[in-house]
Amino acid sequence: MTDYLIRGARVLGGAPTDLGIKDGRIVAVAEVSGSTGGAVETIDATGLIALPGLVDLHTHLREPGREDAETVETGTQAAAMGGFTAVHAMANTDPVADTAGVVEQVWRLGREAGHCDVFPVGAVTVGLGGERLAELGAMADSAARVRVFSDDGKCVSDPVLMRRALEYVKAFDGVIAQHAQEPRLTEEAQMNEGVLSGRLGLRGWPAVAEEAIIARDVLLAAHVGSRLHVCHVSTAGSVEILRWAKALAEKQGGWSVTAEACPHHLLLTDELAATYDPIYKVNPPLRTAADVEAVRAGLADGTIDVVATDHAPHPHEDKDCEWQAAAFGMLGLETALSIVQHTMVDPGLLDWAGVAERMSTVPARIGRLADHGRPIAEGEPANLVLYDAGVTRTVEASELASLSRNTPYAGMELPGRVVATFLRGRPTVLDGKLC
Amino acid sequence: MKNRHLLSAGDLTREDAELILSTAAELRSLADRPIKKLPALRGRTIVNLFFEDSTRTRISFEAAAKRLSADVINFSAKGSSLSKGESLKDTALTLEAMGADAVVVRHWASGAPHNLAHAGWSRSSVINAGDGTHEHPTQALLDAFTMTRHLAPEKGQTLDGRRVAIVGDVLHSRVARSNALLLRTLGAEVTLVAPPTLLPYGVDTWGVQTSYDLDAVLPKTDVVMMLRVQRERMNASYFPSVREYSRRYGLDARRMATLQDHAIVMHPGPMIRGMEITADVADSQKSVIVEQVTNGVAVRMAVLYLLLGGAEPAIATGTPDEESEQQ
Repeated sequence: MTDYLIRGARVLGGAPTDLGIKDGRIVAVAEVSGSTGGAVETIDATGLIALPGLVDLHTHLREPGREDAETVETGTQAAAMGGFTAVHAMANTDPVADTAGVVEQVWRLGREAGHCDVFPVGAVTVGLGGERLAELGAMADSAARVRVFSDDGKCVSDPVLMRRALEYVKAFDGVIAQHAQEPRLTEEAQMNEGVLSGRLGLRGWPAVAEEAIIARDVLLAAHVGSRLHVCHVSTAGSVEILRWAKALAEKQGGWSVTAEACPHHLLLTDELAATYDPIYKVNPPLRTAADVEAVRAGLADGTIDVVATDHAPHPHEDKDCEWQAAAFGMLGLETALSIVQHTMVDPGLLDWAGVAERMSTVPARIGRLADHGRPIAEGEPANLVLYDAGVTRTVEASELASLSRNTPYAGMELPGRVVATFLRGRPTVLDGKLC
Repeated sequence: MKNRHLLSAGDLTREDAELILSTAAELRSLADRPIKKLPALRGRTIVNLFFEDSTRTRISFEAAAKRLSADVINFSAKGSSLSKGESLKDTALTLEAMGADAVVVRHWASGAPHNLAHAGWSRSSVINAGDGTHEHPTQALLDAFTMTRHLAPEKGQTLDGRRVAIVGDVLHSRVARSNALLLRTLGAEVTLVAPPTLLPYGVDTWGVQTSYDLDAVLPKTDVVMMLRVQRERMNASYFPSVREYSRRYGLDARRMATLQDHAIVMHPGPMIRGMEITADVADSQKSVIVEQVTNGVAVRMAVLYLLLGGAEPAIATGTPDEESEQQ
């Protein structure tokens, strides 16, 4: 295994220092003088920011079942290009990841691909059907060691089932990641319910459908003393409810709620639906500018704990059609860090230490990952990303590593570029290219 | 007219709208002639692309195109969001390959004409003949044309300040959206009357009045336009029963008697007699519902003629010169 000496990297945006990597671990965080000798490859990281390898709590890798949209191989390549060293693969595959067999298959495919670690998310209910619990314990005990469970794409709307799931996963320190969407309030919903949905004649997805479920779920988590994670928070009201809930959890103890926000909800608004271009069709939908502002503020003050991509690849034909016929979802892995820089760091809402916390440390903690989200310090696993925050790039859909092309940022000029990603001391990306 | 497509009534400037209406007035006179045909669009191909059944709208466009001597192809590609069938894109590419000059599209999905015009699939002019619950701009134009004939018949008269009440299922109505946009452009004062459940979110930003009380609106209005209300809405709890809906929002003879003498009753069709309108009202002297259909052909002729590059007056020339390719 090649050892690396990274020269002049700014750890969490701080003063330049050298990083020594040996046998998959960080062995030095200090100025290394003179020649190091031996089989050491030196990387000039002058001006680059070093962050712990990013961890995504919310990725759709589509395999098994929709290999025309993405595979574990291509999805994890996209992840590595985005600076991720671990992704949580959502359960809405075909077959659904609701048994130990399927989660182990996904986990094994990730190991074989080797671009980043893949941690399968287990379905909460059999077939995402919302009727009875899947064998959560079997998935937790499997080789994939599942700790995050979600019916993402569908809401566990039955309050009794949600209560039982929250209680049941306590036995193996699991967490329920809820896709908060009251189904009756969002039947055939196409976009954010607001002034624009009324004008465009598209069925609205009201904020209350998200907020009502979050409010219910935090009360349930408090009642049964469980761990709840709220997926893709998109409205100002949700942020307010979470702020209240976190204060309550702090006071009461014994239960917790965490939440994620997606890059697109930090930048894009429902105004884009006026193009009727389904590239902007996503669930939860793009909201108003006021919601974007509130989500940014929530992420800045820690009400929202993490950034998660909700990377959702779709083949061209599922987006090159009428809005109502199109699939929900957009790509996210390869642009996430740039969007976070653009929306949070550049405006001064978050520093690079804050980025590391929200995109690596905390998501790893929520997923109970031992070797990810660790500090950049001697003896720690060498999961790292080197990022050039000083450049701008124009996003080209055709240049993405993902198998799909449904990025809403095509043609947009964004700051920053991932230069290198290291997974346990081995580069998965070098000079901005896949290894 | 600068526009190449007609996707939304909101895209029309006042000048555009007035040009269409005055052109339609010229063409309307044709309806009274024994030979109803003009050579204006000879050699041009117009496709009626209908993803949703609407015999009356298709026939109206077909008559309009044929009276302008265009070649008409009717293309019915029925399908719902559940059984998609051939995609809009492939259909568009097929029509493009056939050399369609204009595509008149009716679609169940809001925005489908917008996709057809802007996704780069086709170079034809696109005319929205009703998309989902979004818009139906030629219906609004024919409604404005009909109102003008009754309320502002003399040259120089306009709809400025005229009051129009649009009553019924505004939420699901493309006719209401297009009318609200166009009538505002033309200076009329629009009041949308419906139970609160059938008014769209954000209607307060539309620049129109809203009311839940039909009886209060009727004595002051110059036009009352009744919208179709589907019985199925009752099952989704938009209102409790047909009977209660009719009682509160239906137009019957008693209510009609409270209208001003000059006021007219309109309906875009198809009507559900006994639901939003009673038979005696629909067939009354105040009703201009049948005339709306006649005017529809003239207005659609004007739209086709102007969008397909009619630079000269539609009737005056009489010679079938090759129209210049303005696009």
